[in-house]
Amino acid sequence: MIRALLPALMLPAVMLLGACSGVQTPLDPHGGQAARIAGLSWLLFIGGTVIFGVVMALLAWALFAPARLRAAMRSRGFVVGGGIVFPVVTLAALLAHSLGVSRALVTPREDRPLRIEVIGRQYWWEVRYPDFGEHAVTANEIRLPVGREVELLLSSGDVIHSLWIPNLHGKMDMIPGRVNRQRFTADRTGVLRGQCTEFCGLQHSLMAFWTVVQEPAEFDAWLARQQAPVPPPADARAAHGMRVFGEAGCGACHAVRGTEWRGRLGPDLSRVGSRLSLAAGALENHRGTLAGWIAGAQDIKPGNSMPAYGRALDGDDLLALATWLESLR
Amino acid sequence: MDHAVQQAAPARTPNPLPRPPEELARMEAAWRMPRGIALITEYNNNLIGPLFVGTALLFFLLAGILALIMRAQLAFPGMQLVDPATYNQIFTTHGTVMMFLFAVPAVEAVAITLMPAMLGTRELPFPRLGAYAWMIYTIGGLFFYGSIFFGAAPDGGWFMYPPLTSKAYSPGINTDMYLLGIGFIEISAIAGAIELIVGILRCRAPGMTLGRMPLYAWGMLVFGAMVIFAFPAIIIASTLLELERAFGWPFFLPERGGDPLLWQHLFWFFGHPEVYVIFLPAAAMMSMIVPAMAGTRLVAHGLVVMALVGTGFLSFGLWVHHMYATGIPPLSLSFFAAAGFAVSIPSGIQVFAWIATFGAGRVRWEVPTLFSLGFLFIFVLGGLTGVMVSVTPFDWQAHDTYFIVAHLHYVLIGGMVFPLLAALYYWAPAVGSALSDRLGRWAFWLLFAGTNLTFFPMHISGFMGMPRRIYTYPSGLGLELWNLLSSIGAAVFAAGAAVLLLDIVLHFRPGNRPGQKRNYWGAGTAEWLNNYNYGPRSIPRIEDRYPLWRDPDLARQVDEGGHYLPMAATGRREALVTSPAEAKPQYVAVLPYPGWGNVVAAIGTCGFFFALTGTLLIEAALCFLLGLGGFIWWLWTGSDHGPLEPRTVDIGDGIRVPTHATGAVTHSWWAMVTTMLVSGTAFACLLGSWLFLWLVNGDAMWPPPGQGIPAGGFGLLALGLYAAGGLLGWTAARLLGRWPAWTVRVALLLAAALLAVGAASDGWALWSAGIRPEEHAYGAASFAIFAWQATHVAISLLMLGYTIARSLAGKLDGERRVTMDNTQLFVLYTAGQGCVGLALLHGFPRLLA
Repeated sequence: MIRALLPALMLPAVMLLGACSGVQTPLDPHGGQAARIAGLSWLLFIGGTVIFGVVMALLAWALFAPARLRAAMRSRGFVVGGGIVFPVVTLAALLAHSLGVSRALVTPREDRPLRIEVIGRQYWWEVRYPDFGEHAVTANEIRLPVGREVELLLSSGDVIHSLWIPNLHGKMDMIPGRVNRQRFTADRTGVLRGQCTEFCGLQHSLMAFWTVVQEPAEFDAWLARQQAPVPPPADARAAHGMRVFGEAGCGACHAVRGTEWRGRLGPDLSRVGSRLSLAAGALENHRGTLAGWIAGAQDIKPGNSMPAYGRALDGDDLLALATWLESLR
Repeated sequence: MDHAVQQAAPARTPNPLPRPPEELARMEAAWRMPRGIALITEYNNNLIGPLFVGTALLFFLLAGILALIMRAQLAFPGMQLVDPATYNQIFTTHGTVMMFLFAVPAVEAVAITLMPAMLGTRELPFPRLGAYAWMIYTIGGLFFYGSIFFGAAPDGGWFMYPPLTSKAYSPGINTDMYLLGIGFIEISAIAGAIELIVGILRCRAPGMTLGRMPLYAWGMLVFGAMVIFAFPAIIIASTLLELERAFGWPFFLPERGGDPLLWQHLFWFFGHPEVYVIFLPAAAMMSMIVPAMAGTRLVAHGLVVMALVGTGFLSFGLWVHHMYATGIPPLSLSFFAAAGFAVSIPSGIQVFAWIATFGAGRVRWEVPTLFSLGFLFIFVLGGLTGVMVSVTPFDWQAHDTYFIVAHLHYVLIGGMVFPLLAALYYWAPAVGSALSDRLGRWAFWLLFAGTNLTFFPMHISGFMGMPRRIYTYPSGLGLELWNLLSSIGAAVFAAGAAVLLLDIVLHFRPGNRPGQKRNYWGAGTAEWLNNYNYGPRSIPRIEDRYPLWRDPDLARQVDEGGHYLPMAATGRREALVTSPAEAKPQYVAVLPYPGWGNVVAAIGTCGFFFALTGTLLIEAALCFLLGLGGFIWWLWTGSDHGPLEPRTVDIGDGIRVPTHATGAVTHSWWAMVTTMLVSGTAFACLLGSWLFLWLVNGDAMWPPPGQGIPAGGFGLLALGLYAAGGLLGWTAARLLGRWPAWTVRVALLLAAALLAVGAASDGWALWSAGIRPEEHAYGAASFAIFAWQATHVAISLLMLGYTIARSLAGKLDGERRVTMDNTQLFVLYTAGQGCVGLALLHGFPRLLA
C-alpha cells in the first residue's frame, strides 16, 4: 500500500508543507542581533535609494537641462565633489556606524551561554547540547530557550556548510578542521527556518532545519526528554516496528537512546516523532512520510546517505517501523 | 564643438606628399593574408580580433542558454525540469563560462581588435602570441562547454571550494574538467595581457605621450597589470588542488595539516581583482564612447586615469569580502570593509566624470548612447548594493543569497555587458559595417528591461530567505512571485539577445567597404583613421588626446602616407616601437611572417590538457611533445631574424631609427620581464601558501613529527649551484660577440649542468630529511615550491639548449642575440627564484627553532 502511495508522496517531496512567510528572513528579527542587522539594512536600503535617485537625477539634468543650466557640470569641481568628497564623507560615517554594529554583535553578554554544537553533514544537521552530556542530541532541529544567550559551536563532518537562521543572526560557515562560534539571544518565541547557505553538494537545496524558540520551562522539559531512554513500545504494532528496526540494520547508522543502537552516521532518532520535519526539512513528519522516506529516500532526495528500503521491507514491516518511529516523541 | 577653437594651423606633414606609387604595393604585399587553408596561420589583428570577439559572444550565448534553463526550473517552487545533478552542473558551467570564457576573453578580444588602430600602430608586438591565445581559448572553451552534454561538467560552483571538490567528495572527472580545462585557458588571458601591456607601452604612435594616451589604453594597461598579478593565484590554486586530487598532496585536507581556507584565500586573491579586470576595460570603453556621443572631451581626464590606476591597486585588498562568514576575526574584517568602501570612490569619480561629460556636451541619441545610459543606471545600482555587501554585518545576512546573485549580475551585466554592447554598436563601423539602428534600439530596450526584471526581484527573494545555488525552493516562504518575475525577465532578456544576434548576423561584415563613411560618429581618436590590413597607411603624429578633433585634416594626411613610416622599409611586416612615456620613435620592429608553428603549438597545448583531464598519460605526453615542437618551430622561424637591410630608415620628420635592436630597449626584453613578473607572482603565491599553512599548523607541527627540516648541506650546495648557474648564464651573454662562439656554448652548457645538479640537490635536501608530500601539508607545500622551481630549471635547460642550437646553426652572434638576451634573463630569474625558495624552506624553520 505504501509503495502505491510513493509516487504521490514523492511529487511534493520538496515542498515544505507548513512553511509560512516570515520564518526565514532577516527582516523579521526574533532577537537583538538580527534586529541590529535589520536596522542597518534598512539604513542601507533607504540611503542607497536616495543616492541612486540623486545620481539619476543628475544624469537626467546633464541630458535634458538647457545648456546654460548644465554648464556648471563641465567643471572638475563637479567630479571632485560628487566622486570624491561626497563618498568620502558618507562612507566614513557609514564605516563608523557599521563598526559600532559589528562590535555590538560580537560582544558577549553572558559568561556561560547555552552552548549548542551543530555539525553540518551532507545533507543534514547534527545538534548536540554539550553542557548536558552526550545524550542531549537531536538532528535537523535546534531548540533554544527565549531570553538566554546561546553560543553555537559550528563544525563540519565532511565539506563546508554554512548555518543561517536569518531571523536570529547572519551566517556562519562550518569548515572542516575548525570550530566557528556565533552568539545570539532570541527575544521572542517562535518557529523559525534555517538553511545551508554554502553549496555543499548534490542535495544542498534540501538541507534545511527548524529552530524552535521556547519558553525556558518548555525547553528544559524537552531537553530532559531528549536525554531520557525511549519508553518500551506501547503496543504490539510498535514492538513489531522496533524489531524491524533492528533486523533491517538501521542501528548501524542511527542511535536510539536506551537501546543498543548507537550509530552516528545518520541522525539520532531517539525522539524523531517529535520533530517538525524529516530529511532536513525536505518532508513534513508523520507516519506516512516516515514510511515513504524509509522506502524511497533516494527518490525523494537522491544522493543522500540514507539507502532506500522500498525493496528490502514489505509494506507491513515498513508501516510498523513508521508506527514505532512516530511514537518516539 | 569646443575642439574647433583649439585647431592648430596646418603643419607640414612628417613625410612629403604625394608618395611614390610603388611604396603602397610593397607594403600591401608584405601584409597580404595567406590564402586557402593557410589563412588559419594569419595573425593580423583585423582578422583575429573580430574572430576573438565573435567567439566570446558565442560563449555568452551558450552560457546564457544555461541561465534560461535555470530560470525555467526556478519559475515555480518544486519544478523538476532538470535533476539536481544536472542543475548543479548547469549553474557551475554558467558561472565558469561567463567569467572565464566570456567576460575576460571578451574585453581582451575587443582590445586586440581596436588597440593597434587606437594607438596608431600597425600591429601589436606579439601577434602570433595573440593568435595562439585565441586558438587555445576557442578549442579549449568548446571542449569545456561540451562536457555538460556528457554529465562531465564541473558541479562545485564556479569557485570550487574544497573539500567538496576534493577527491573524496567529488571523485568524478567533473572537477578535473574545471581545474585543467579552465586552468590552461588562463594561459590565454595572461598571453593576451603581456601582448597588450607591451603593445600599449611600446607601440604608440610618435607623440602619443602617456598624457595623450586614450583612456581605453589606460584601462587596458591597468587590466594587463591586474591579470599579471591576479591570474597566477588561480593557476596556483588549481594546480595545488589537482596535485591533491591526483597524488594526495594534502593542501586543503585538515586531517593532514591542510586547510580549506587556503583555497579561498588564493581563489579570491584572484577572484576579486577579476571583477575589476572585467569592469575596468568596460569603464574605459565608456570613457571613449561618452565623449564621442556627447561631442566633447572627457571632463576630468586626469582624475579618471587616477581612478583606473587606483582601482587596480585597491582591488587587491578586497578578497576577504567573500569570506566574511568564515569566522575571520571582526577586527581583520573591518580593514577589508574599509578597503571595500575605498574602492567605490574611483568608480564614483568615473560616474561623475561621465555625467559631467554628458552635461558639458550635447548628447546624440544613438544606440551606443542608449547602452551607455543603461550601463549607468544598472551599474550605479549594482555599485550601491556593492557598498552594502562591504558592510560586514549586512553581508552576514546577504552573503550567498539571491541578494548576492542580484548584486553580481547588476555589476557584471551593468558594468561589463552593457558597455560591451555599447562598444559593439559604437565600434562596428571602425572594423566593418555599422549595425542597424532600429534593431539596436529594440535590442537595447529588451535587454534593459530584461536585466532589471530578472535581477531586481532577486534582491527581494534574497532577503526573503532564498540561498543561491539551490535547484528548488519550497512554497510558502514568500518566494513565488519574485522568482516568477525573474524568470519572465530572463525570457525578455533572451528576446533582446536574439534581436542582437539577428542584427549582427544580418548587418555586420568585417573589413573596409569602399565609400564607407570612415569616422562614423565624428569621434576624435585615432581608431577612426582609415585602417587596412597593414593598419593605417602611415603612422600618425599625435599631438592631442583627440587628434582627429584637433586637426580635421589629419585623416587625409595619414591616409595619403604623409605621416611616419609610410612604407615597408625592410619589405616585411613592421611596427614602430617608441619609448614608454614620451612615445619617441626608437626602432622599427620587424614582425614575423605567419607560420604554422603557433597553430601546432595551440593544438598540442589543448591536446595535452584534454588528455590530462582524462588521465590519458601517453596521449598527454605525445601532445606535450607536439606542442613543444610547435613552440620551438615558431620561435626558430619567427623570432630573432637578425639585422635586415636597410640597417636604418628615415621614418619622417628627419627621424632615422634602426630596423634592428637588442637589449633592454627591445619589446621582447619587456615581454620577458613581464613574464618573469607572472612567474614571480605565482611563486609568491606558493611561498604565501607555505607560510599560511605554517600559521594554521603552529610551530609544533611545522615540520610535523617524522619529517625534518630540509638537509642544510644539500641546501647550501643547491644555493651555490643555482648562483653559479645564473652567473654563468649572465657571463655567456657578456661573452657573446666578444669571445669565440665555442666559449659561449661551453658557458651555456655549464650553466645548464649547474642548474640541473642544483635542482637535484634542492630536491634531495627535502627527501633525505624524511619530507614526503603526501603525508602532511608541510611536505606538500615544500615540494610544491620545489616542483615549481624544478619546472623552471627544466624550462631553463630547454632555453639553454635552444640557444646553443641557435649558435651551432649560425643564428647567434653579437648582433643577432635576442635569443641569448631572453635566455639570460630567464636563467637569472630561475637562479634567483631558487635561492629565495631555499631561503624559505631552509632558513625559516631554523629561524623558528
